[in-house]
Amino acid sequence: MANSKLEEMDGAQALITTLSELGVEYVFGYSGGAALPIFDALETVESNIKFVLTRHEQGATHMADGYARATGKPGVVLVTSGPGAGNTITGIMTAQMDSVPMIILSGQQVTWMLGKDAFQEADIFGITIPIVKHNYLVRETNELPKVAREAFHIATTGRPGPVLIDVPKNVSQSPFTGDLEAEIDLPGYKPEKAMDIDSSSLEQAARLINLAKKPVILAGHGAMIAGAEAELMELASRTESPVTSTLLGKGVFPESHPLSVGMLGMHGTAYANKAICECDLLINVGSRFDDRIIGQAEKFCAQAKIIHIEIDSAEVGKMIVPDVAVVGDAKVALTQLLPMIEQADRADWLEHINGYKKKYPLGYRKQGGLRMQQVLDEIHELTNGEAIITTDVGQHQMWAAQFYLNEASFKWISSGGAGTMGFGFPAAIGAQFACPDETVIAVAGDGGFQMTLCEIATAVIHKLPIKILVLNNHYLGMVRQWQELFFENRESGVDLEGNPDFVKLAEAYGCKGINIKRPADVKKKLQEALDYNDGPVLINAECVKTDNVFPMIPAGAALEDMLIEPPKHKMAKPVGST
Amino acid sequence: MSRTITTSDKKPAPRPDIIGGHTLSMFVNNKPGVLMRICQIFARRAYNIDSLVVSQGRDPRFSRLTLGISGDPAGLPQIILQCDKLIDVIHCYEHTPDDSVVRELALVKVSVEGGEKRTEVLQIVEHFGGKTVDLSEASMIIRVEGASDKVDAAIRLLNNYDIVETVRTGKVVMARGEQST
Repeated sequence: MANSKLEEMDGAQALITTLSELGVEYVFGYSGGAALPIFDALETVESNIKFVLTRHEQGATHMADGYARATGKPGVVLVTSGPGAGNTITGIMTAQMDSVPMIILSGQQVTWMLGKDAFQEADIFGITIPIVKHNYLVRETNELPKVAREAFHIATTGRPGPVLIDVPKNVSQSPFTGDLEAEIDLPGYKPEKAMDIDSSSLEQAARLINLAKKPVILAGHGAMIAGAEAELMELASRTESPVTSTLLGKGVFPESHPLSVGMLGMHGTAYANKAICECDLLINVGSRFDDRIIGQAEKFCAQAKIIHIEIDSAEVGKMIVPDVAVVGDAKVALTQLLPMIEQADRADWLEHINGYKKKYPLGYRKQGGLRMQQVLDEIHELTNGEAIITTDVGQHQMWAAQFYLNEASFKWISSGGAGTMGFGFPAAIGAQFACPDETVIAVAGDGGFQMTLCEIATAVIHKLPIKILVLNNHYLGMVRQWQELFFENRESGVDLEGNPDFVKLAEAYGCKGINIKRPADVKKKLQEALDYNDGPVLINAECVKTDNVFPMIPAGAALEDMLIEPPKHKMAKPVGST
Repeated sequence: MSRTITTSDKKPAPRPDIIGGHTLSMFVNNKPGVLMRICQIFARRAYNIDSLVVSQGRDPRFSRLTLGISGDPAGLPQIILQCDKLIDVIHCYEHTPDDSVVRELALVKVSVEGGEKRTEVLQIVEHFGGKTVDLSEASMIIRVEGASDKVDAAIRLLNNYDIVETVRTGKVVMARGEQST
């Protein structure tokens, strides 16, 4: 046991010992006063845990997130109290929205000072309640190992999510006299129920599937988390159904497969959205029907039956009321469903969808300057679609989703629900730590990248061979696109004048930098970046400033109102969400 | 000390989008912060908690909550699921008057200067099966208990006198028969 050399230990040492026993490899974080005992325990406890000092706490949370999404294992964050904990909010929210397992350990003021506005005191327990799966404020030193075990159990089972553990300094530095192996006690948490699926719901689902003439499978993040790739493939083959995926589901079904129609929704492919509009049965495997994919809820699949396979019962009927709800783990559900599914011949339906694929392919103009789509298309080709791609949020993200076809799970890491700018680059650091032998490419815009670019230092120190692809249009492009389409092209708060010279900036950190300015140079320069593995490399691609992402379904509009190309008439302001 | 806030027992005009009178019971872990988690779910979705009773369960590791809720009824099933999803919530049920017993208790302080009024108030108290729990020369405190509409009725009648203040416990609920609360 890791603590064998410690005859007496304090709470912090018991905590680190427990984390080590739970298999933690990396802790991403930033030190500070209230967390001193825990940081000291990282030195005094013999363990395999490696601490990664970031340059900002937000970066630490996104690194833990990237680590978790690349491995399925929880990412661990350690920060101090007050501002340290406060800086983790965006990262915790991002993980919660996208069901990512994460453990956040925060130092806290001593218990007798809580509620007295003590130095660096913040009620991070109260602040994070709405953005965590669960959280703790530990008041008893001897509770620490049990709380850590509970937190890991909660974060990684059922629908995963972040769990925060707030540890007051006196709790972490007091002597530990309890049981390191204390058993978890969670009477209100029964994730095992997800493995026990109501067989009548499966029978109803099978009946609908066997009767359907034009079924479509919608594969979400839940299918990936459950590890249901093989079952999904079998379902698709046996039912001869086109398969579309959500942004977070990219890769759970290989996107180059003939049955794949790519991503659906606001900036999904025209053929995916048309398949959804025309289907007579939608089989949703592990997606929560996000507003970005359903558009106007009343019109979504109004003519079709809907089966919703969902692990979180609180998601069933929240956005879309299904005809059949199958509540449980996606892999278990599909495994039990498949024996009831007949081999079908739906050649006409597939032919019809293939017609749409030919009629409305994704494309981009090759003239008039360098386009982000071309850069993404070429990096896809150069890496055979096998790299781990992380993204920020905005136009580059949607184009990456469209043009970087993913062939396997856990290789597409993007902030979906929260839409967090600044996510992609630190997430790539976490993913590269998790998968040292994989090619990891951080796709970022010039806006989001500047929110967390201080982490170049972290990547340089650890010689992580990340390819940082800054698709630079000197704009907050997605917002500018909306202003062009819906606000009579009045630009407000979108011009990123004052951008630094990103290559020089990278070099100042000791990071290799490459500029791409001409379409003809893309392949050569990208190859140069891919061949460089002595540390991170930043590629600054100077792109066309005012390109727009299509297809597009304006927020709140129905899928059938999709714009496949730029509109020729003035658009009404969208009424739906954002 | 002057009273600047008067508490009226008049009900506000009903709003068609809001339906009150939903009664939820929850069985939860008995520890700090649990109520915050639950209240945030209601507040975020614009539901008002009209009444709230929390007490320790028979097993002191757990607490019982009864909540009286008003808000858009269409969203309530989702909210119940979201409460149930909380790690600290063991279970959450909605109860209807048919399947449950709902009781509450009110204390009403009435100013009664002069014997005539006092006699009338005592008659009302007797009719509702209430009790006088404090009596002074100028005022009395009355205790009324029962179903919420009975407590409402008693207070409505006492409104004809000079009510100084009222305090209600909020509803407690228990499911009838075999059903658990």
